[in-house]
Amino acid sequence: MDGPEERARSPLKLGAQVTAVAVVLGLLGLLIWKVVHQNPSKIPQQVAKGKKPVAPAFDLPRLDTPGTLSLASLKGKVVVLNFWASWCAPCRDEVPTLERAWHRYRDRGLVVLGIDQQDLTSDARAFAKRYHMTYPLVRDGPGHVVSQYGLTGVPETFFVNRHGKVVGHVAAAISASQLDEGIKEAMQS
Amino acid sequence: MRTLAVLAAALVVGVPAALASESHPRLADLEGQLMCPTCKTPLDQSDAPAANRIRHFVVERINAGDTESEILDKLVVQFGPQVLAAPRKRGFDLLAWLLPLAGLVGGALVIGVLAWRWSRAREPAPAGGAPEQNGRVTLEPELERRVDEELARFE
Repeated sequence: MDGPEERARSPLKLGAQVTAVAVVLGLLGLLIWKVVHQNPSKIPQQVAKGKKPVAPAFDLPRLDTPGTLSLASLKGKVVVLNFWASWCAPCRDEVPTLERAWHRYRDRGLVVLGIDQQDLTSDARAFAKRYHMTYPLVRDGPGHVVSQYGLTGVPETFFVNRHGKVVGHVAAAISASQLDEGIKEAMQS
Repeated sequence: MRTLAVLAAALVVGVPAALASESHPRLADLEGQLMCPTCKTPLDQSDAPAANRIRHFVVERINAGDTESEILDKLVVQFGPQVLAAPRKRGFDLLAWLLPLAGLVGGALVIGVLAWRWSRAREPAPAGGAPEQNGRVTLEPELERRVDEELARFE
């Protein structure tokens, strides 16, 4: 039998035990959340295996005009997602190629969308002006969309078909032939 | 007393230095507080193009008269909080600094309470047959008789 002192102490002891278990469970939950959210996107690998993963949705601020632009608003169109940054030298070289494709295919339901990432807004705007970028531009400063698409660097280009599936990926400055091939595949799939 | 003197000296030296750093930031100070967003290393250890652009931006803002906090705020707007090498000491981020301290204090308290309880449990209980008289423990009569008998054998 517990004495009176022991009986008085037991609720305190129980409370301390419950608190300790709650703290351990909380820390475990945080660890699981972190591991799950750090899981890198496998979109490039899936595309390389011939799969067509759903393009991660986003809604990003426009760089060229006020407002935002979401991928959902481009539903039914073929989208060429080009990730770039003003400090990236190869990004300069591919701008003319992307511009030509934008002017050539825009009447056939194609959108070239430039996503500036991990960059200063002022630098990005100056870059767009200097290299005469006329296709829509958005900005992903913190790089959230970058991680959703599993980028390993810039420039990288993804082809999204009319059904919102990623059907092609180029992890380097894109050439005219790579761009044409990717657009044709996205339009036919 | 010596501890207080050391603390006072630290305050006298540290606080004005922190205030000077806030109002007149230097690139070298800020580089240690920033991360390169592409290579994920401290800015002062990176020569990546993005790091160089941030360095250039910091110099521009210093020349424009921005305080340290203003420059850090502008970079967080541009790159997100991951551009900072350590969480800010304000708002929700303050938790990152306070929780480890709270853990240490809580741990010390728990150890202190447990040590106190253990030391209490180890104190000798006053036995019925061994009352203390004038600071000396007396033996039970039977035990005392046997001790006397044993001692008598050596006399």
